Amino acid sequence: MAKTGKAALFFILTVFLFSVISPVIQHADPYGIDMNSIKQPPSTSHPFGTDTKGRDIFWRVTAGGRLSIGIALTAAFISAAVGFAFGITAGYFGGKVDAALMAFVDFILSFPSLLLAIAISVVMPPGIYNVMIALAAVGWASFARLIRGHVLSVKTMPYIDAAKALGCGNLRILLLHIAPLCIPLSLVMMGIKLGGFILAEATLSFLGLGAQPPTPTWGSMISAHRGYVLTAPWMVLFPGMAITFTAFCFNLAGEALREKFELKDSRL
Amino acid sequence: MTIVVFSLLKTLPGDPATSLVGERATPETIAKIRNSIGADKSPIEQYWGYLKLLLSGDFGRSYFTNRDVGSDIAAKFPNTIKLAFSAMFIAVPAGLIIGFISARRNSKITSKASDIITLACLSIPVFWSAIIIMLIFSLKLKLLPPSGSGGLSFLILPAFVLSIPASATIARVTKTSVSDILQMPYITTAKAKGLTPYKINTVHIIKNALIPIVTIIGLDFGSYLNGAVVTETIFGWDGIGRFIMEGILKRDYPVIMGCIVVGTAVFMTVNLITDIAYHFLDPRIKLHGKDR
Repeated sequence: MAKTGKAALFFILTVFLFSVISPVIQHADPYGIDMNSIKQPPSTSHPFGTDTKGRDIFWRVTAGGRLSIGIALTAAFISAAVGFAFGITAGYFGGKVDAALMAFVDFILSFPSLLLAIAISVVMPPGIYNVMIALAAVGWASFARLIRGHVLSVKTMPYIDAAKALGCGNLRILLLHIAPLCIPLSLVMMGIKLGGFILAEATLSFLGLGAQPPTPTWGSMISAHRGYVLTAPWMVLFPGMAITFTAFCFNLAGEALREKFELKDSRL
Repeated sequence: MTIVVFSLLKTLPGDPATSLVGERATPETIAKIRNSIGADKSPIEQYWGYLKLLLSGDFGRSYFTNRDVGSDIAAKFPNTIKLAFSAMFIAVPAGLIIGFISARRNSKITSKASDIITLACLSIPVFWSAIIIMLIFSLKLKLLPPSGSGGLSFLILPAFVLSIPASATIARVTKTSVSDILQMPYITTAKAKGLTPYKINTVHIIKNALIPIVTIIGLDFGSYLNGAVVTETIFGWDGIGRFIMEGILKRDYPVIMGCIVVGTAVFMTVNLITDIAYHFLDPRIKLHGKDR
């Protein structure tokens, strides 16, 4: 899987870099409405065709990629950071702190994830930050679990006893002696989870809870043109392929990571 | 659980009274409606009122249709369960067979192919595959009805769509679990004793590989509920997934609250049943064990 993982990573980077630099190189404005060229099938001037307002779908997909991948990355990062803080605190202090924090984690995990994300998104005015917060609010719990488990094994190591004997305070041990050993694990976990974040972001924006028109995200492009699928399937086909391809690459890379670090539990 | 959802909904900027009568209604009308749905009371009073209602088995009334949410959910919920079970009915055998074969066949290509295919199935967003499958099977080939609720013909497409990621998950877990078992010494012993492959498969492998598989089938039940929101909306299947979506679009709090409460309760029940099922599959696992 290692080779496939590397190839997948390469594809993701290419796609993401391309979408990041696309504002400089694009020759059609993803927001530019052109009523003379609506609903055109894919051609050389519009490789993915145009939508109902004559906007070029190729450049909308790239612009959407910037947002969709960016949102998923940010949400995964916030989840990892929050889960990290919860996990090391619970794992290190143990006892009642651990019981209380893990009860909260279990509580979050006991919700069907999408329903919870929907409930949170409904609260806030729709937009990209809303999606990030909703995804992170649901996603951090599994990070917290994993990190806590890791801390439990780290804190029995002799060098922690040595640090205690030297008179290090809890905070010092936690931040300087335990946290650094948990960072790689949470990065690996982030890599494994990114594919899921891409899909969840797409679902929320498909449901209209994410970025609002005319801002393109892959999910919202599909929901906006769902009705034209019979007459102009390319409007729905290409954004969907973009989601599938990106999520697939992230999942392949995640799978390679999982194998390398021997995280067997496929529920992680 | 109700506290979280409720406080979330209450901090909402949108006002159900305004969305009910429109932006141009007079302040008096809005005040009247706010009074009738109890939105003028303090949030704590409102929550208390809701909790009391809920405990007496009443989910309140929809702000829009004024229908009893509890009875609406009771009417729609069997549809969602029907959909989820039909999806499971496809996913469980498909996942088991794919996973089992790819682990049992000693070939790198089969194993790799199944890895890649299952990962791809997990990467396709449900709402997109739903649209594409609807386009192919009902709009182009006109084999099955595109949307609506009803008999078996309406059920096949949404159930199939829901089963795609679910069967991939089951296949992956089956594969890992079976390949782990294949390395156990007792399999070598069984082979050395000259048992038939059929006997080894059924008695030695499947029985022992079952625990992680049952776990994932149970835990993955949440994904059927998640997927149901999207699939039901697209295929117009009259279940609680579509109900909650409509509620969200109209800010119909009793509906949203009711669906989330019921959905979560079902999800937790299924997880509990899964935990109990372990005990029967492997008596070594204690229900009151310390190490959960």
